[in-house]
Amino acid sequence: MTVLVGFVPTPEGEAAFTAGLAEARRRQEGLLVLNTPRGGAPVSADVAPPELVRSLTSRAEADGIALELRQTPHTGDLADELLRVADSVNASVIVIGLRRRSPVGKLLMGSSAQRILLDADRPVLAVKPQPTAG
Amino acid sequence: MDLAPVLDGFAVVLEPTNLLYCLIGVVVGMLVGVLPGLGPAATIAILLPITIGIEPVTAIIMLAGIFYGAQYGGTITSVLLKLPGEASSVVTVFDGYAMARQGRAGTALGIAAIGSFAGGTISIVALSFLAPLVASFALDFGPPEYTALALLGILLVATVSSGSRLKAVVAACVGLLLATVGRDGFTATERFTFGNLNLADGLDFVPIAMGLFGLGEILYNLEQRHNATQAPTKVANVWPSRQDLRQSSGAIGRGSVIGFLLGILPGGGATLSSLAAYAVEKRRSKTPERFGKGAVEGVAGPETANNAAATSSFIPLLTLGIPANATMAVIFGALLVVGVTPGPQLVTEEPELFWGVVNSMYIGNILLLIMSIPLVGLFVKILRVRPAILAPITVLITLIGVYTVNNSVFDIVLVIVFGVLGYLMKKAGFDPGPLLLAFVLGALLEDGLRRSLLIFDGDATGFFTRPISGTLLVVFLLVAVYPFVATLRSRRRQEPAQDTSDPNTKELV
Repeated sequence: MTVLVGFVPTPEGEAAFTAGLAEARRRQEGLLVLNTPRGGAPVSADVAPPELVRSLTSRAEADGIALELRQTPHTGDLADELLRVADSVNASVIVIGLRRRSPVGKLLMGSSAQRILLDADRPVLAVKPQPTAG
Repeated sequence: MDLAPVLDGFAVVLEPTNLLYCLIGVVVGMLVGVLPGLGPAATIAILLPITIGIEPVTAIIMLAGIFYGAQYGGTITSVLLKLPGEASSVVTVFDGYAMARQGRAGTALGIAAIGSFAGGTISIVALSFLAPLVASFALDFGPPEYTALALLGILLVATVSSGSRLKAVVAACVGLLLATVGRDGFTATERFTFGNLNLADGLDFVPIAMGLFGLGEILYNLEQRHNATQAPTKVANVWPSRQDLRQSSGAIGRGSVIGFLLGILPGGGATLSSLAAYAVEKRRSKTPERFGKGAVEGVAGPETANNAAATSSFIPLLTLGIPANATMAVIFGALLVVGVTPGPQLVTEEPELFWGVVNSMYIGNILLLIMSIPLVGLFVKILRVRPAILAPITVLITLIGVYTVNNSVFDIVLVIVFGVLGYLMKKAGFDPGPLLLAFVLGALLEDGLRRSLLIFDGDATGFFTRPISGTLLVVFLLVAVYPFVATLRSRRRQEPAQDTSDPNTKELV
């Protein structure tokens, strides 16, 4: 059993990681951070740069949590990929960050968070970034 | 040397329209240099239809800008992402990416930009002096000389180009064969037309180039998967330190000379010269172990050389009418499309075009030097676009473009046919470059051959009686026979060893 965090290098991802770390500590479980960009393009803003990865690792180490980071690209829908990974590692909880989306934006783009919340068959912890951070 | 036409050339370049197209050319060039897969040859081929509506000088200024601009752009992805956008930037990856990982990405890009500028400029100055000389020399060329030159050009491209030599020769032969389609120029007999009126005038260059390079490359690239998706890198501290500059000044000088010389050579061009420059730098260096670990010379040398070569490869095209590599073949086609026949007469008959294009390279290089670094962020953003979005748009532009040339649906069919051919060739390891080059030179070759045989009354030995054509044909024979002799020799020397036929050809891939 592990805590699965859906991570992107944004304030929302940061909040999700912080919450996930606390959750892992509380449950005495390992932490799996899924930072998967959409495949195809050579560069993606969704990938955590090496410096950020280092800081995440050191924060997990400081708390004595075993951290695994996956950065393999995915094809198709992000929500499906997250749920698939959650199933394969049998995650005890999924932690995601919520971002502000306007109603029209949501209508057009859909919402990965909503799909995860509706489709997941396990607890989902949805957090928001600190108001000061975003 | 008469300076008046040179100065007139500057007047041509400084016209606002030409400046604008020069800017468009170099920006588009940098863009395609950044995008892996889409090379300058493909882009120029795709943009050929645009040139029809505009002035010849303007059109060629833009296309030339794409060519040398791409050499700049390829560096950026090599250094930042270990992803050479251009074949000529492959060697930059070794040291450029190593430097980026040490946090010196800015320095690597800065040195590359300075080196490119220096190489390009030195090459243009040499071009300005050398090209009129070659052209005046070539004015004495008759049909036999052109026959010999075309033969030599095709053979050199086939042997010097990357990949398997045999496959390149096969591709060149197919190109020659395609050049014979259509009505014969001397007797008006129809050849390989199969009664089809569309083929009576022969195959057009534009759809072949657009198909082979444009569509073929797009199809081929769709298959490639870029598994390693990376985070965008930040670039700081672009200005190289004085020590870096001192270290790389020698490399820049040598790179310019190597690039200039190899660029003139048929089949040479930017890719070969960057490889050669890297090898020379590594050999000359007192500390060769630094190479591959972030040696600044390893970036400066190749980057200088590929720009110098991109510029100097215009010499054979503009003075002899013989394209030296595939991209030049496409520009050759562009010249034909806008109604200019490249050849030795170009310098004297169309001095405005000749000097306009040559001098636009000064301006273009300055534009590139100014823009390349500030625009890095934009280029990295462009890399975030997935091929699934980019490819269909490019294909659409290609097909609409080819239709606008002649308003002919047959041309669209040709593009698709040659696109599939280009894709299959790439998949099977054939380089489409020699095919296109042989197609372009095939018309020249046949014309020259038939005319000379008329002059010689059908006596083929006549070719050897004229000094220039004789010399060229002897060189041709040497180039043709040399590989066989070399393999025979090496096989005899190391009888038990496996056939390691020419390691050089392997490296070039």
